[in-house]
Parts: sequence; structure tokens; C-alpha cells
Amino acid sequence: MEKKLRELLENAKTEIDLADSMDILESTRVKYLGKKGELTQILRGMGSLSPEERPVVGKVANEVRETIQVLIENAKAAIRDRALERQLESEVIDITMPGKEIELGNKHPLTQSFDELKNIFIGMGFKIAEGPEVETVYYNFDALNAPANHPSRDMSDTFYINDDIVLRTQTSPVQVRAMEKMKPPIRIISPGRCFRNDTPDATHSPMFHQLEGLVIDKGITLGDLKGTLEVFVKAFLGENTKIKFRPHYFPFTEPSAEVDASCFKCGGVGCNFCKGSGWIELLGAGMVHPNVLRNGGIDPEEYGGFAFGMGIDRLTMLKYGIDDIRLFFENDMRFLKQF
Amino acid sequence: MLVPVKWLKEYVDIDIDTKELADKMTMSGSNVEAIEEVGKDIEGVVIGKILEINTHPNADKLVIVKVDIGERQLQIVTGADNINVGDYVPVAVDGAKLPGNVKIKKGKLRGEVSEGMLCSQDELNISKSVIPVEQRDGIWILEKPYPLGKNLLEVIELEDEVIEFEITSNRPDCLSMIGMAREVAATINSKLKYPEIVVKESEKNSSDEIKVVIEDTKGCKRYIARVIEDVKIEPSPQWMQRRLANAGVRPINNIVDITNYVMLEYGQPLHAFDADYIEGNTIVVKAGKSGEVFKTLDGVNRNIKDNMTMICDINKPLAIGGVMGGEESEVTSKTKKIVLESAYFDPESIRLTSKQLGLRTEASSRFEKGLDVNATKIAADRACQLIEELGAGKVLKDAVDVNLPQKKEEHINIRPDRINKILGLELTYEEIGDILNKLEIEVKYNSDNTIDVIVPSHRVDLENEADFAEEVARIYGYDRIPSTMATTDIVAGAKTNAQNIEDMTKDTLTAMGLNEILTYSFVSPKGLDKIRISENSIKRNYVKLLNPLGDETSVMRTTLIPNLLEVMTRNFNRKVESFKAFELGRIFIPKVDSTDQLPHELLNLVIGIYGDGDFFTLKGIIEGLFKKLGIKGHTYEVEKHHPTFHPGRCGNIIYEDHIIGTLGEIHPKVMENYDITTRAYCAELDFELILQLTRLDSTYVPLPKYPAISRDFAIVLKDDILVKEIEDIIVANGGDLLEEYKLFDYYKGDQIPEGHKSIAYALTYRHRERTLKDEEVNAVHEKIINGIQTKLGASLRE
Repeated sequence: MEKKLRELLENAKTEIDLADSMDILESTRVKYLGKKGELTQILRGMGSLSPEERPVVGKVANEVRETIQVLIENAKAAIRDRALERQLESEVIDITMPGKEIELGNKHPLTQSFDELKNIFIGMGFKIAEGPEVETVYYNFDALNAPANHPSRDMSDTFYINDDIVLRTQTSPVQVRAMEKMKPPIRIISPGRCFRNDTPDATHSPMFHQLEGLVIDKGITLGDLKGTLEVFVKAFLGENTKIKFRPHYFPFTEPSAEVDASCFKCGGVGCNFCKGSGWIELLGAGMVHPNVLRNGGIDPEEYGGFAFGMGIDRLTMLKYGIDDIRLFFENDMRFLKQF
Repeated sequence: MLVPVKWLKEYVDIDIDTKELADKMTMSGSNVEAIEEVGKDIEGVVIGKILEINTHPNADKLVIVKVDIGERQLQIVTGADNINVGDYVPVAVDGAKLPGNVKIKKGKLRGEVSEGMLCSQDELNISKSVIPVEQRDGIWILEKPYPLGKNLLEVIELEDEVIEFEITSNRPDCLSMIGMAREVAATINSKLKYPEIVVKESEKNSSDEIKVVIEDTKGCKRYIARVIEDVKIEPSPQWMQRRLANAGVRPINNIVDITNYVMLEYGQPLHAFDADYIEGNTIVVKAGKSGEVFKTLDGVNRNIKDNMTMICDINKPLAIGGVMGGEESEVTSKTKKIVLESAYFDPESIRLTSKQLGLRTEASSRFEKGLDVNATKIAADRACQLIEELGAGKVLKDAVDVNLPQKKEEHINIRPDRINKILGLELTYEEIGDILNKLEIEVKYNSDNTIDVIVPSHRVDLENEADFAEEVARIYGYDRIPSTMATTDIVAGAKTNAQNIEDMTKDTLTAMGLNEILTYSFVSPKGLDKIRISENSIKRNYVKLLNPLGDETSVMRTTLIPNLLEVMTRNFNRKVESFKAFELGRIFIPKVDSTDQLPHELLNLVIGIYGDGDFFTLKGIIEGLFKKLGIKGHTYEVEKHHPTFHPGRCGNIIYEDHIIGTLGEIHPKVMENYDITTRAYCAELDFELILQLTRLDSTYVPLPKYPAISRDFAIVLKDDILVKEIEDIIVANGGDLLEEYKLFDYYKGDQIPEGHKSIAYALTYRHRERTLKDEEVNAVHEKIINGIQTKLGASLRE
């Protein structure tokens, strides 16, 4: 009987080796291990064995069953693997073909510049204030200490709605509005549109954008203005940027300064971009004029402060190498998608 | 302000090179815009005298010239037609080098030997704008004999460096060589050397020849007249011509050049009258007569107003004071006697006059900024000195000087402690005083720890402590002020809620593939015609500009749609196939009945698409945005009467009784107005309302634990029944079990009767606390379908 079992195992092995499909393997299993299978048939003869022989043959029979089972499972796995391999081979794609584009839109490059600047200043504890585009002569000029005969007030420079109302020519009017509304300490920036009576060309636009900054507190110094703007410029243009503070004149600050940054294209050696000077004019700034503080209802003996302002259109043009300001307002999709 | 360095050095010792000087000046407040080198790259150009001019045998337009250059004579072929025998000219000899890498070689021109070139000023790199008119298109004719054969550069000072300074509007005193020399002296710690003015005068008294009366005491505070006889008009010497040219002023003749020279030197404009035209030997400064017409020396008739200050004789006007002289009394080559004017005109008055006339001259632009009233006399004397020295005329004795009482010298009290506090410095009183002294500001130290300062008359800009703080800071050096951080209490920086929502809106729309556009706040009133807004619409109540650039930008926008459509047109014309864009910007609505108040500025959001997408793409964008902003409970209502939109494809977005906005397909007639030949879709939304409706405070709802049951149905119903009507019934009957409904199929065509459509919905039912039974769902679902069938006359599709 033991011999029969061994023979059965050999036969099964041969059949399993030859099998090349799941179906054949399944029928092989049924043939040998099924309820009516050959192994069962053989085991029916167990009754004729002696009690001593029975456990021995039983053990062999179990071994044979398990061996066949394992062989069939292995063979099945092999067939599945082969099938998967064939499938994978048939599914090769040309991964160099183009991806399916999910179209993204862009914020306007000027908005992107504003976002970048806002983030830096928010990080430095500034809040964002807003003011009207249509502004009074008082806030736009008078309150900012602009001389009554200053040429910037001319109709050739400023758009007027009537004698007392203009399109703001700068974001600085927000300074006095902020002083009136808030109590020191004040730390604000104010981004926005401005207007000047300029015929559009590559470097002029009747509408442009500025970002204004204002800090008011006790004991603010020119040194604080320098320190604050240095932190800002390094955050904006990089840690290695150098800054130059030059004296300048603005009616609403005294002392006043213009601030240059080392050219961010050549690092300050001089190139086409900075016209050989190594410097890029970045912003205007200064200590808030006592008259402006008074106009904002703040006592200049008790409080001081500084203000700064920068032209965003020009900065954005410099940053991206845009050579015509009009492109910003043409809004050609092919232009806007570049940023 | 162009400052030739050699000229500058006449008034101040400079022992550093020009580049270093420029850097230092920039740091003390006189920003250097450029340094130009003039007269460079010239080699082998000598003085020559023209001996003969002969015709060229082979060319009509050329002549053969014989030139004496001292040791020899040259034959030169030239095309010049402004030369005469006896003229002294610059000659570039064989081997000479000219600016622009030009090398001169002996050669033949049309068969005739040419041993060099006669030079024009242009060829020697002198800017066309300062070449004397008669020599602009020809050879440089030197004004007098120079030693023949001498190198041009040795006899005429051509080489110099010219610094271009940016002068801020508060510093008119810097618009002069002496003004700049003062700045240089203070900046590099050098000494200022004023010109020594000694006028050789004749015996005759000026006052016997001319009288001055100031009637317009508001317009003119001081008037000085000096008389010069035996005037000989001729070119001024080369040294003066070169300095003027380098400073950007074209040489004309000795008298004009001297007045310009002194103006550049001291900042004081001068004017010379031909004395023979002055009737009654009297100058009367008086207000103009309105209606009077006066011809200025540029040949233009000017309409005079009574606020203008006129310089007249006893019968007629001679000049518009401080602006421009008259044609008649202008100095000409025949002038024998002149009256030289040096005056102080009121800045305000000059500004107004110049504005009214639309005439801004070098003189007016200086007077209107405010001049040094003490320079009036010095400048007159200086000009007379030069006239006498250059042999241009005989100067009569003394000046006629009518000097009205001036403002007294200003004493200002400043607190050094306060200045230190503003600057973040700890300078001593003496250090501060020394710096101010360098700027010719006199100081007096007081016992109460303050300083009294006396401002020199040329500094019209110094008024208060802050001004002096700046003077101290800029001379001390901005770069030496230590950088510090304001030690204020830390406040968190932040955007306002509205600013956050605006940013979120832009982020969401760009994530959905839209590009942000920015367009002008001012627009053409025709825009509303183009989008077919009715004549009496309140949208036509604009904020109008008094002085727009043109009609195109003459009113503040009351809607963003026309700008959007213009951007669409531009893109469409440029063959951009697919367009998706938005603008979040302000519209301007005048306050009712009060033009003296600022208008309302309201944020609007406009969205536009063409090419890829349709009405429902647009609606999907809006729904996506609203979802992000947490806006719920709004509905869409059919709008058939908005003139901008397709009457069958337009709707209003409603929230309670507010209209959030309108969306739709642009009306074909509007499209025609903009020349766009495709379909386009647009929505304009009231962003102020969106800000109010936005709810960003979302709370967590636990994920469902029990399974959902889905049921679909398809119905056929009449075309004109809105999907909204179906959905109202679904919602009304769905009760708590209905979790979601979704339209998944819309069909018209075969198997559907004419005038009908097939709509299919997928409904999802769920109970949050237990597994639903089929029977429960069936009951609700049937109720919904029954409702739709009975109320809308729909039939269920099996």
C-alpha cells in the first residue's frame, strides 16, 4: 500500500509538471485529492491493514497529500506570475508622451509681488491698511505737507475729479488716515493703485501700484528705519543684499532717504541691468514730518515714526525682466501665464 | 544739473577723483545720475587756417581746400559749405584719431588727394544740442586766430568730466555751480572760494541813463538795472563756450553767454534789454493788463493777464518778468547799449504766470522755486565784470537797485538732544554746530541746551528742527548711523478678514485655471453703450475726471464688464484660443447728491471665459468658489432682460432678497460691438456681499458609520420646466434620509418626444444612527417621484 501511495505521488508530480493552465491543475487536484480521487480510493484499503501498519501508512498518506497540495499551489502561483508578467508586458506605455495638463491659473504678477511683500511685512508685525483710490486733496497733498504750489498738484500731474478730490497719486494718504484711526504703536503697510497724468509708454502708466509703510511709536529713530528696511530688503532680495541709504527729499518726511539695493542680477559689480552702477533704486523713506504727525492727530513731541514707499510695477518689471509697463494692463493670457 | 568738474574746481578744492567725489556727493544728498567724459579720444587734431577754396574737378558737392597748419600746408577735400578763406578750423591730420574709433588717413577723394579732415563740433563729440546754430551742419569755425599747428586740446579746453546731479525740488540753491561747490565743500571738508568781483566802471552814472520803478510790489521784491555802453556783439571766448556747452547750454553771443554763465554760476537768471528800445529811460515793473497781447522773443503772441508781472518802459511792455523777454527789445548783433536786469520775482506769481502761459523757461523754473535774494546784486555785478573783462562793452557806474524791504534773517531754535533722538545718534553740541557751520549756517550755543541757528539766504528750505536733523544726518553720513530695530511692543501682523477672503478668492479661482487680470480704474463712458446698458441706468452716474488723458479713460468705472470684454477682445484678436480670467477690483459709485464727498468704492468680481467651456463651466466656477467660501443658501433665477446677456442664457444669483450677481452668455450684439466671433460667458458679482456671506468657520461632522442606499430615476418632462423645480420637489420630499442628489444625465433627441427632455438623478439615502431598510428608502423615493410626476407632469422612464 505504501508503494501504491508513492507511485501515486510520482504520477501526480508528472502531471503537475506538465500542467500549463489553472483548469488542468484543478482537475489534477480533483483526480488525486478529490472526494472520489485516487488517494481516497487507496485509503479505503486501510481497513485491511494491521493495527501496527495503519499509523505508518497513515503518515505516508498525509505526506503524499500535503506534498501534492503544495505542488499544486506552487504551480498555480507560477502560472499566475507568468500571466501577470504577460499582462505587464502588454501594458507598456511610452512614458515620454505628454502628461495630461491640469490647467492652473495665475495671479497677476503685480498681485504676486504684493503677496510676497505682504508676507514679509506681516512676519515683521505689520498690519495691512487700505485707503480709497479716489481721495481728497487734503489727504493726498495738504495733510502730507506738500507745498501749496508744488508742481505735483498741477493738472498736468494729477487727475482731478473737482477742486477738492483727486485720484490719489501715491499710497501715502493712507498714512494720515491710519494715524487718525489707530492709536500708536502703529505698524501698517498699505498696498494699492495710484494714478498720475502720464501718457502710457514703456516706462509710464497713468495707473500704477505702490506699497506704503508706516511705523509710529515713542522713540523711533532714523536708525530704526534703516534696521527695519535692511531686514525687509534681505528677506525680499536675499541675505547677501547690500543696502545704501542716500539723503533725498520728500515733503512728508524729514530727514528723507532713497534706498538702493545692490543689484540682484550682478550682485553689485555692475551690469546692463543696473546700468553699470551695481545698485537698484528700491524705495523712498524717511522720518515722518512733524507736520504730518500733527495732521494725523499725533503729538510729534511725544511720538515719532518713519514711513516708506515703493513702486511695485517697477520692482516687478526688474524682477522678471519685463521691459514695458503696459504689458501689465494689456492682460494677454500668454503674458499672464508666464508668472 | 550738469556740472563740469573743471568749472566746479574754480570754486572749491577737490583732491579726490571724480568717481569718488560722485559717490560722496550721492551720500550727502546730491544724487549723481551720470558722469560723462567729454573731449575724450581726440588725437592729432591741430589748428589750421584756410588759405584757398577751389572747386573739385570731379564732384559738384566737394571742394578742395588749402590749409595752413604752421609748419606746412595741406590739401584737404571737404564737403563743407560754411567755410571761408581766412577761417581758423580744427584739422585732423593724417594719423589723427577721433571719438567713435575714427582714424584719419591720407587718401584720395574722387581722384583728388586729401591729407586730412576739417572737423565739425559733432565729429569732436560735442552734443548737437549745444553746437552754435550756424555751425551745426558745418565745420567748427573758431572765433579767433589761434597758433597754427597747435594741438587743439592745448589751446581749447575740450577735455572735462561732467557730473549730472539730480537736484531735489527743495534745493534750488543747488542749481548753480556755486551752490554745488558749497555742497562739495561741506561734503569733502574743503574750502569754498567765491569769485572775486571787481567791476571796472566808466565815469558815467547808470542812474543818469535809467530809472527803475516797482509798481507791482507783490510780484517783484528787488530790481537791479545796470547799463552797458559801446556793446560789441561777438562770439564769447572758447573757455566760456566750452563751459556753457558742457553745462548743456548752447553758446550764442558774448552778452547772452555771459548772462547764461552767471545764471549757471550763481543761479540768478539775468536779462539784457536793447536800451535803444526802452522809451523814457525808465523801467516800470507793473502788473499786466488783461487782454493785452505781447510778443515774446520766441515770436509767439502771448495773452497777458493782470496777475502777471510785466517789465515795461513808459509806454509799452518789454518783457514778461521772470519768464521771457520781448521780441522787440531783444539784444541783436546791432545792439549798442544794453540794460542788464537782475531781479527777484515772487515764486508764486512766476509759477502762476508760467502755468497760465504754458511757458516754462529756464528763468521761470528757477524763479518759481525761490532764489537767494542776496544773489541779485552779486550776479549783476559779476555779469558786468565779465562784460568788461571780455571787452563786450563799457559798464556804467553803479547799479540802479530798487530793493523793497525783505523778510528778516531767520533765527531758529533747535534742540541737539532732540536731533540725536530722531537720528539715533549721540553727537555733542559742538559736533552738531560744526556740521551746520560747514553749510554756512551760523550757530549760537544757548545756556538752555539749545542752539540758535541763522539760515543763510540761499537756503530757502530750512524751516524747522527736522530740517536741521536732516542736514546733520546727511553731512555726518547716513551710512554711519547704526541700524537698529524699533523696540516697540510686539504686535502680531495680520491681514484683515476681508483681505483673507480676497486672497482666498484669488487662490481658488487660479486653482480652477483662471488668470487674474488688472485693468484701469478709469474707463470710457462708451463702454456702457457697448454692453447695451440703457441710457437712464444708474450705472451711467459716474465719477468723472476733470482732466482725463482722453475720452477712453475719462470716468471711474461702475462695472468691470467692459474692461473684461476689452481684454477678451485683445486676446481673441491675438489668437488666444482659450480664455479664463477674473478681476477683483473696485467700482466707484457717487454718493447721492453730494459731489463734494468721496464716492463709494465697492469691490466687484468679474469672471469671463471663452473657448474652452460654456455657461455651466462658468456656473461651476462660481459654485466652486462659493463652496470654498462657505456660501450656502443662494439660488439662481432666470434673468431675461439684462441687456448685456443672452436672454435665454442668463441668471441672477440670489441670496434672500439680495442679488449677489449675474452670470450668462454675452449677448451676440455685445459680442459684435467688441468684434469677438465666438461665444463668451461672463459673471459680475458683488464682492462686498460675498464678504458678508462668507463663512470660513467650518466644523467637523463625523464620517458616516452606516451604509448609504442609492436610487436612480430618469424622467421625461417638458423642456421649459427648470431643473430647479425638480430639485425643489426632491428636497421638499426627501426629508432627513436624503443625503445627496445629483443630476447625472440630461438627454434630448431620439425616443424623447419633441419639446421634452430626459433628466436622470442619482439620490443617496442614509440614516446617521442605523442601517436603513429598503422599505424605508422606497417609501421616500416613491414620494419624490410621485411628487415630480404629479406636480410637473413628468413621466418616469423605465
